[in-house]
Amino acid sequence: MKGEPKKLALTVNGKPYELTVKSNTLLVDVLRKELKLTGTKVGCLDSACGACTVHIDGKAVRSCSVLALQTNGRQVTTIEGVADGDQLHPIQEAMVEHGAIECGFCTPGMVMSAKALLDENPSPTREEVREAIQGNLCADEGYVKYIEAIEIAAEKMRGGQ
Amino acid sequence: MIADFDYFAPKTVKEALSLLSQYREGAKMIAGGQSMLVVMKQGLLAPEYLIDIKGITALDYIKYDEGKGLRIGALTIHRDIEKSPLIQKHFGVLSEMERNLATVQTRNWGTIGGNLCHGDPAGDPAPVLIALKAKLKLASSGGERIVEMEDFSKDYLEVALKPDEMLTEIQVPAPPPHTGTAYQKLMVMKGDMGIVGAAVSITLKVGDGVCQDARIALGNCASTPLRAPKAEKRLIGEAVTDALLVEAGEVAAAEAAPPSDVHGSAEYRREMVKVFVKRVARLALERARAAS
Repeated sequence: MKGEPKKLALTVNGKPYELTVKSNTLLVDVLRKELKLTGTKVGCLDSACGACTVHIDGKAVRSCSVLALQTNGRQVTTIEGVADGDQLHPIQEAMVEHGAIECGFCTPGMVMSAKALLDENPSPTREEVREAIQGNLCADEGYVKYIEAIEIAAEKMRGGQ
Repeated sequence: MIADFDYFAPKTVKEALSLLSQYREGAKMIAGGQSMLVVMKQGLLAPEYLIDIKGITALDYIKYDEGKGLRIGALTIHRDIEKSPLIQKHFGVLSEMERNLATVQTRNWGTIGGNLCHGDPAGDPAPVLIALKAKLKLASSGGERIVEMEDFSKDYLEVALKPDEMLTEIQVPAPPPHTGTAYQKLMVMKGDMGIVGAAVSITLKVGDGVCQDARIALGNCASTPLRAPKAEKRLIGEAVTDALLVEAGEVAAAEAAPPSDVHGSAEYRREMVKVFVKRVARLALERARAAS
């Protein structure tokens, strides 16, 4: 039957889920509405702002631009899966300490894009940092602080001071 | 929002083609969906049946052979093309093109085949692949056929796929020696769709440096990616000078039939075609000379 709900088995932040979703459901709606993981933000819902960025199999992807069913059998990581309990991830810590967070709406997406970069490339150039968050819009225009915070986090993650 | 559809996720090309031959016009294939979901959200596209081929791993590959050239599986993501050492070594222009295709997030999920089948005349890969004389392998349950990249696009968002066909492979021949290729587009912001784009490939004759072959393809200058054969003819058989590149740009601008929209008027786009054809051809020429 047209639009009949389908089974979706995926792992989110290390936890396996088995859900039944309508075929036209976007990944971001499964995360926010079904799993109540509202850290992932919805900005434009149109592939333009990057606020809904999550990781699928370790890569930064926009969750508003992926059908939920396309993540069947895949590993999804959201902003809720980044901190280790109460211990913030170095990227989050650097963003807080460096004053990169203004209104905070774009921050989850920024963190996910930055983490995808640093997981793959621990010593990025400034150009590579800029490229990684090119698809994340900040309405407060706080890009420089974000870039600096990501560089501070990178250094810390490499074991520097 | 997105209209309801029946969803299938075949795991093999054979399964996908069998679904396609069953549902034909009622079905659409989705790969990464980075373009398609946008038009589905807008209600411009509302298929009855959606065949999700993103999980067909057999179409995710990049192979290079000196004789056969490059073979890219249709479901290879943009980011893998951008980062492929093989492509960076032998077809650097493809990697350069990918670096400015949308954003990292889009390139991480969107596929080269999906981009081509979406048939947007402002898309980046098509003009570059036309300049590189690429061919596409299309498959149906009845067999396979090869079409030239330059013949694949038919109109705005329309391509030469029959209702029971899918794109499976992009084939790029190894360019002759002393060939240089380049692509650039006019962007307000990095990653934008080009207001105009130009891809140029130039092959020089050994010895005297005369242009033996040239290909010029334009993006966002007509209802399809557009080859500019008259501009190419201005270069072929000539010792290419800056003055000749200016002329080729003017000829290409006359061949273009660009749209007028919020990003630029047709007149402005024609002016920019002059600039970009000249600029990109000069870079292709430098690369051809460096390859000599």
